[in-house]
Amino acid sequence: MQEVPATAPASSSPPVSQQAPKAQGLYDPQNEHDACGVGFVANIKGKRSHSLVEQGLKILENLSHRGATGYDPLLGDGAGILIQLPDQHLRRVCGKQGLTLPAIGQYGVGMVFLPREPASRMACEQEIERAINAEGQILLGWRDVATDNTGLSPATIAVEPLIRQVFVARGSSEMSQDDLERKLYIIRKRSGHAIQALNLRHGKEFYVPSFSTRTVVYKGMLLADQVGKYFLDLQDPAMVTALALVHQRFSTNTFPTWDLSHPFRMIAHNGEINTLRGNVNWIRARQQAIASPVLKDDLKKIWPLIYDGQSDSASFDNCLEMLVMGGYSLSHAMMMMIPEAWSGHKLMDEDRRAFYEYHATLMEAWDGPAAMAFTDGRQIGATLDRNGLRPARYILTDDDIVVLASEAGVLDFPESKIVKKWRLQPGKMFLVDTEKGCIVDDEQLKRELATAKPYRQWVEQARIRLDQLPEPAPAEKSSVPLLDLQQAFGYTQEDLKIILSHMARTGIEATGSMGNDSPLAVMSDKPRNLYHYFKQLFAQVTNPPIDPIREELVMSTAITIGPRPNLLDIHHTDPGQWLEVAQPVLTTEDMEKIRHIDMFTGNYFRSHELDITYPAAWGTEGIEAAVASLCAHAEDALRLGYNLLIVTDRRVDVDHVAIPALLAVGAVHQHLVRKGLRTSTGLVVETGSAREVHHFALLGGFGAAAVHPYLALQTLHNMRDYLPDVDPQEAEKKYIKAIAKGLLKVMSKMGISTYQSYCGAQIFEAVGLSSQFVKKYFTGTASNVEGIGIFEIAEEAMRQHHKAFGDDPVLRTQLDAGGEYAFRVRGEDHMWTPDVIARLQHSTKSNSYSTYKEYAKLINDQTARQLTLRGLFEIKPDGAPVPIEEVESAKEIVKRFATGAMSLGSISTEAHATLAVAMNRIGGKSNTGEGGEDPRRFIPVQKAGESLKSRLGADVETDIALQPGDSLRSRIKQVASARFGVTAEYLNSADQIQIKMAQGAKPGEGGQLPGHKVSDYIGKLRFATPGVELISPPPHHDIYSIEDLAQLIHDLKNCNSSASISVKLVSEVGVGTVAAGVAKAKADHVTIAGHDGGTGASPVSSIKHAGTPWELGLAETQQTLVLNRLRGRIAVQVDGQIKTGRDVLVGALLGADEFGFATAPLVVEGCIMMRKCHLNTCPVGVATQDPVLRKKFTGQPEHVVNFFFFVAEEVRELMAAMGIRKFNDLIGRADLLDTRKGISHWKSKGLDFSRIFHLPDMPAEVSRYHTETQDHGLVNALDNMLIERAKPALDKREKVTIEATIRNLNRTVGTMLSGAVAKKYGNEGLPHDTINIKLTGTAGQSFGAFLAHGITMDLSGQANDYVGKGLSGGRIVVRPLPDFRGNPLENIIVGNTVMYGATAGESYFRGVAGERFCVRNSGASAVVEGTGDHGCEYMTGGTVVVLGATGRNFGAGMSGGVAFVLDEEGMFKNRCNMAMVELEAVGDTVTPSCHMGVSDATLLKSLVENHAKYTGSQRAMDILANWPKWSRMFVKVMPSEYKRALKELAEKNASMLKQKAA
Amino acid sequence: MGKPTGFLEYQRLSEASIPPAERLKNYREFTMHLDDAEAKIQGARCMDCGIPFCQTGCPVNNIIPDFNDLVFRQNWQEALVTLHSTNNFPEFTGRVCPAPCEAACTLNINNDAVGIKSIEHAIIDKGWEMGWVTPQPPKRKTGKRVAVVGSGPAGLAAAQQLARAGHEVIVFEKSDRIGGLLRYGIPDFKMEKSHIDRRIRQMEAEGVQFRVSQNIGVDTPAEILMQDFDAVVLSGGAELPRDLPVPGRDLDGIHFAMEFLPQQNKVVAGDKVTGQLMATGKNVIVIGGGDTGSDCVGTSNRHGALSITQFELLAQPPEHENKPMVWPNWPIKLRTSSSHEEGCDRDWSIATKEFVGKNGKVEKLKAVRVEWKDGKMLEVPGSEFDMKADLVLLAMGFLGPVQKGLVEQFAALGVEKDARSNVKAVTEGAGAYQTANPKVFAAGDMRRGQSLVVWAIREGRQCARSVDEYLMGSSELPR
Repeated sequence: MQEVPATAPASSSPPVSQQAPKAQGLYDPQNEHDACGVGFVANIKGKRSHSLVEQGLKILENLSHRGATGYDPLLGDGAGILIQLPDQHLRRVCGKQGLTLPAIGQYGVGMVFLPREPASRMACEQEIERAINAEGQILLGWRDVATDNTGLSPATIAVEPLIRQVFVARGSSEMSQDDLERKLYIIRKRSGHAIQALNLRHGKEFYVPSFSTRTVVYKGMLLADQVGKYFLDLQDPAMVTALALVHQRFSTNTFPTWDLSHPFRMIAHNGEINTLRGNVNWIRARQQAIASPVLKDDLKKIWPLIYDGQSDSASFDNCLEMLVMGGYSLSHAMMMMIPEAWSGHKLMDEDRRAFYEYHATLMEAWDGPAAMAFTDGRQIGATLDRNGLRPARYILTDDDIVVLASEAGVLDFPESKIVKKWRLQPGKMFLVDTEKGCIVDDEQLKRELATAKPYRQWVEQARIRLDQLPEPAPAEKSSVPLLDLQQAFGYTQEDLKIILSHMARTGIEATGSMGNDSPLAVMSDKPRNLYHYFKQLFAQVTNPPIDPIREELVMSTAITIGPRPNLLDIHHTDPGQWLEVAQPVLTTEDMEKIRHIDMFTGNYFRSHELDITYPAAWGTEGIEAAVASLCAHAEDALRLGYNLLIVTDRRVDVDHVAIPALLAVGAVHQHLVRKGLRTSTGLVVETGSAREVHHFALLGGFGAAAVHPYLALQTLHNMRDYLPDVDPQEAEKKYIKAIAKGLLKVMSKMGISTYQSYCGAQIFEAVGLSSQFVKKYFTGTASNVEGIGIFEIAEEAMRQHHKAFGDDPVLRTQLDAGGEYAFRVRGEDHMWTPDVIARLQHSTKSNSYSTYKEYAKLINDQTARQLTLRGLFEIKPDGAPVPIEEVESAKEIVKRFATGAMSLGSISTEAHATLAVAMNRIGGKSNTGEGGEDPRRFIPVQKAGESLKSRLGADVETDIALQPGDSLRSRIKQVASARFGVTAEYLNSADQIQIKMAQGAKPGEGGQLPGHKVSDYIGKLRFATPGVELISPPPHHDIYSIEDLAQLIHDLKNCNSSASISVKLVSEVGVGTVAAGVAKAKADHVTIAGHDGGTGASPVSSIKHAGTPWELGLAETQQTLVLNRLRGRIAVQVDGQIKTGRDVLVGALLGADEFGFATAPLVVEGCIMMRKCHLNTCPVGVATQDPVLRKKFTGQPEHVVNFFFFVAEEVRELMAAMGIRKFNDLIGRADLLDTRKGISHWKSKGLDFSRIFHLPDMPAEVSRYHTETQDHGLVNALDNMLIERAKPALDKREKVTIEATIRNLNRTVGTMLSGAVAKKYGNEGLPHDTINIKLTGTAGQSFGAFLAHGITMDLSGQANDYVGKGLSGGRIVVRPLPDFRGNPLENIIVGNTVMYGATAGESYFRGVAGERFCVRNSGASAVVEGTGDHGCEYMTGGTVVVLGATGRNFGAGMSGGVAFVLDEEGMFKNRCNMAMVELEAVGDTVTPSCHMGVSDATLLKSLVENHAKYTGSQRAMDILANWPKWSRMFVKVMPSEYKRALKELAEKNASMLKQKAA
Repeated sequence: MGKPTGFLEYQRLSEASIPPAERLKNYREFTMHLDDAEAKIQGARCMDCGIPFCQTGCPVNNIIPDFNDLVFRQNWQEALVTLHSTNNFPEFTGRVCPAPCEAACTLNINNDAVGIKSIEHAIIDKGWEMGWVTPQPPKRKTGKRVAVVGSGPAGLAAAQQLARAGHEVIVFEKSDRIGGLLRYGIPDFKMEKSHIDRRIRQMEAEGVQFRVSQNIGVDTPAEILMQDFDAVVLSGGAELPRDLPVPGRDLDGIHFAMEFLPQQNKVVAGDKVTGQLMATGKNVIVIGGGDTGSDCVGTSNRHGALSITQFELLAQPPEHENKPMVWPNWPIKLRTSSSHEEGCDRDWSIATKEFVGKNGKVEKLKAVRVEWKDGKMLEVPGSEFDMKADLVLLAMGFLGPVQKGLVEQFAALGVEKDARSNVKAVTEGAGAYQTANPKVFAAGDMRRGQSLVVWAIREGRQCARSVDEYLMGSSELPR
């Protein structure tokens, strides 16, 4: 044993301030997200070479645009490479040190990051050595890994660890390599725990990237191209490997941390695990319940398997490693962690389904977008999440090289050598076995695993479906009158009238509009249910929400209730029994079955009731002990052998009050998790409190497998008054359906697809609960403003109980009227009251500042009624008051104001245009919303006498006079997920382009514009058919991660380089880190919207329960951006119920440069908060398309102008009083805020805003407001050359032809050129083929995005994702190079999400496209030779021809346009989502109602002919050669709605013709 | 929720009434409540606003959208419960309230308001008809005693609420019948008095005791009340009429409206009134353009007056208000009451200068036209005119509570008054409606000055809650 001396570190340790900041203020490092580029290269035959190392590093460099840099361009987010243990190299370098290594396979290498501080380093090393000894292995020695840190950012160097390798030989010759591998694992875990326990100041710098006999990881806080330079080892020609796994990271933060780089020990991940919190909890929860025949006693040394605060990828790696070390094969373990979507998969093989079903009971899925590359050093592979939300492309060469990466073209090979080009498909696995020397096909691999054990038999034997059990005896009824019971659980009339009856009638959740203006639960005078203190989290930017309706096939609400089998019992032979329910809402019968489950299962299951009521006489003080004994009771029950716990409050009566069910569930769940007992039991809740989706979502999210809402059901059976025509049984059925649907929505908002993995995932944050309370009962949930604790919660329950059983005369025969959803005098308070609205309208109409001040006082002065967090703030002066004349003028301040994104469609033309005119008059900005905009509004008003009507003609119902110099143009153009009307021209009419990631009223959800709001005019602007409902998908299908967002920003900037690019986010915990990522993704502007805003129609539970107040989100954003030194690069706007100058001031102090207003200007225009926007019945003509009602619109631009000047004036007065002259001097001065003195409210007095007011301690030169401009790197664009060479076309409309080569680093090619065309020639563009561009090679992402009319791009080679995004009239051709030998029908030619949001133009692809081909196409035509899943999703127009196989879920949400699919095998029907489309034969006659006005056959044939002509497609030529035979095999996909609309249109035209003739 | 598109489909329907010629023959009510089908349609016009301005337009904050919806769904019984949850006496307001709720109705912005009052009227009439209005005696008694002085709408509301909270309540009334202005101020043709009697029976069944012809401060000293009761509510109204001190005021034939109107009500009630003031065959001049003046017009017409002229000092208001600047507030606009429809001449901007008479009896009135400029009144030179007058009725409003007796005595016990001589008490926060003497509370016109019945009910209810809080430490009575 020999110690190799370490080189003395230059400085003892980095200054602490330069290390990653700890949690402070609202910043919490746990919220970091990352995404990235991932790839690998391998030799299938296992032939090792140094060139593979080089190729791996090359892949990294070619993925560099998928990574990011921080404020310093040299400061990367991390990159690394994993290779096979380089025995030759190690032998050589160790030899130099006199260290002799045993034979390969008999020793292992630990790659170790050590603290530079010598004593700490020694301590860490000693712990490792101690562990090696303790585990009976032999320490061979240490080696310094040679590194060269020149060229690294100073911030990186400041935290650079000392990197050493430790060499360990096996302790006995009996040991196999696998045994040694397991021992190394134990050594690593054991020493890691020991070092953690030392709690050294520099202990955090210790990290072990790899410790294996098979692999070594070289990684660090590096840029892609630095990896090979930094690690000198990698340059050694003796460094050979047969596989190289690489990863380039894009983090939302810039805090340099070396350990967060990938690859991890077994994986490299692109994506995000959404269920992380639950997964980690469940791992911990089974600690006591698992045993491993392989690891045996060593198993207990691995705990805690996952430390708090570890990243999702690191946690995943830890779990995967445990499964593999526990004896599962790598691929088996991956299938357990990321299963395919099996439950709704009609086409899946039964054995495989059984395999998944069986394993679902063992392990909950790790759910979320993921391209996961994995290796154990022998096999290397990759798998994709069930929905295929990350891209992965691969190629095989004829000399056994396989390259897989996030995009195509990362390594150059001659086309003639490539034998296969394909992509990873959703849920599919790609595996290379370098030992066997082959590629294991997904089908074959899974078949082998699925038939290795009799899973089908096991499943059939073990599975008990609750609904198939015999009828139980009827339940005993509570003797408490229904009304009292309802009151005891806080029911109001609104619960019946709005929540329950809507669900019971329609089977879906009720819709509301105009946001939320009632106070947070903690500020309310009313007793509120504990549920109201939690806000739903949602995915934004770093991972996509799912569409639970259109992409239902990946979703599942099924769950098995009851104990989980031993996860690591690999020799398992008896599957036991498991109890399955289809969805987690239990009926009365279901509940009785569970109560008596022992009778049905021969005592296999034994349920035990935990009564959560306690004597009301104990008072509020009693609750803490009651909860404690509840937990103890639960534990006792488990130890007595009960394995199904029922938490029940049905014993509530006059003398017994219930512990809130959510608290009971949280407490029991957390207690059992902590005890490692949680997987030994199922947890079911029987509660009277649950009635809304949010309630069920919380109970499930905090651990309940199923919920029996007995009171909601009983209420439904007694609602004849509200539901006179609905049978109670039917009502119950619909209600349960609605809740289940709502749960899917909540899950999908967070990107979680199965309830099984949602259960316990805790995707909530608390607002208004003390962190001590949350930590104890809802461990791991964020709570940033403190608030009430357990006794106040008991007090609320007690008050409700008292109301129920007391003498309140109003409640004697009736429920409380409510007042949450509509204003009621005795109900919940609201910001918007009749008085507030009246004063605002009167003041702006009469231009009376004094009336405005009365209005502002009603909002600002919250001493009497508490409404907002900011209402509890106090503003401190910065010095002596200054004369108001010295304060920045109102004219300047109003330029910071913008109106909210309210689309034309949601509001009327008149209301929309009035806002635009007003904002242009004051130099602010109006936001067009997501519905496109009439190009006639783009040119400013030149002459007097113009009016809205003279511009837009008959589409206007109420005219608005315009003045010369006015403009109807919205300066902000929004780009939302549906991309309605987003053309190159539209983008070029913008001063700012806003990417709407989320909206305050319903973050994480899509939208629907009902058919009755789609007028002819709206239809025209949105490129849609009038009268046909329009669907906005929940995600942007080109943004599934942060690097995708960077790509879209790049695309938009290319299209209009003079516009600033904005990203709209909604406040939630972690939004600050997302905003930092957005800044790094080169956005110029970010909007932080509060949860309460939102004028659009949304499900009521989303309006009320998703997102947080902007005070939190904005402060977190400011703090994180400043900490990251990114604040100067990006302008920050805040919006959400901003109504007064004081609101603006608070926003500025918390960090906003700009301010968005939506509801207030709408009220100024006449809105009276009818909250009926979704019904199209707005009686004041604001939020309606009904011409009769629009005639009643009375808004005037002058009124809106008055309002904004009033607000600015109020700001000035406040500034003068504070002693601040310049607005910029306000921004980010949270130190001037304080909590208002003397808050005595029994609930809100517990609030603590210190985290909101926190100022990061940063040097003075770090900007606190927007000062710089982003470098978008447009100078490198290929388009600069294209524009130069297209000059004759641009200037004189002359034809030009350009030839060039292209590679994957050339992204967004053709877009800047299109921007130039659109700017000059509008949407019309140039004549066909004016600019002809011929390209050769692999195109980077977004090839031909927003390609304008008149440009043709003909690419020979292949292209990546997003080809033809927003195609605006141009033509795109992609075909293989002539020397490619593969069959185009079996090889991929373009990536995912091709033609997304195309509005016009055509495209021809000779080859197969990836997932979501032509998603949201609204007018372009496309021909392709095969597609992935979800083809033509949400399409509203255009024509698609598929000459080969399609994936599943074709035509989901398709409401317009037509697709022709060649269905050779007659299998298409199974792959098509039939919810909105019909399948027809291709017709050959022309009817008045046919698509595009020609017969199907003519249209189809012409497109196939074009395809043959442009791409030389053999397939097309074959079809044309025998047209009669082939044309019969085409299936026409026809949306039913579109068919109806075409028919109506034809009839309308016919009758008009008739009238004319008459 | 009514019907979302109801307001687009249905028109407002006013309540039917007996034609003037017919109704002038008696003193019966002539307005007929809507039938079920009509009420359903009117309920459907309600838009169930996100912010129902009607609810705050209404002084008792009736939960209007909810009862509209219930009527639309024909759930009358629940509608009645909802209505009663904010208003003790909807049969009064459903008849005599000027309906500020309708002025505040969102439909009133650019359409005809929902007929809220007619729906209220229909609900409560049906309630009585069906026997749904039953006594609600308290579950338990508190043993506390409360005296309510004055039995107008404020006193009655306070008494009912307090009795339901379990207190022993005794209402003292100086007149011979219970009801205050409801009884003797409002003519029967606007509201028949059986409605009051019916309520009194209900209240008696709930435990309220009534003592008529007991003038506190005159017959019974205030101290006695203070000794005998745990709390006292002063709800004696604001009965001191504004006078017109011009030459000739002391002539015979010039009377306050409140000398004229009560007599007729008594007669209708079956009392014998000797020397009743009659307008029969006379030229009647009513001075004052408000509701009381209107009642004088209606009564005079029923007496068979020769001519009726009504003068108003203020200028004629516009026919339509400037809605964008006024809504949802109560608009000043020209209002034509049912009594006006029955026949009378109206004139505005008239100032009475003098009464002239013969034999101590008024014969004519001298008046002048005035102009209003910036709130100042200017006589128009040369516009003087004379007008024949046999009976002049002064209906120019009320100045405040009668001070003599009751107010004086309570003032001596520490109760303070405000600048307008009303009994002083605030309406919000701790100590609402409580006077400077903590045991004494005040509500209605006696506290706020002359106002509407509906305001009186509000004050009575809220005052009751304060009293209950004072007596018990907390209260479950609704605000």
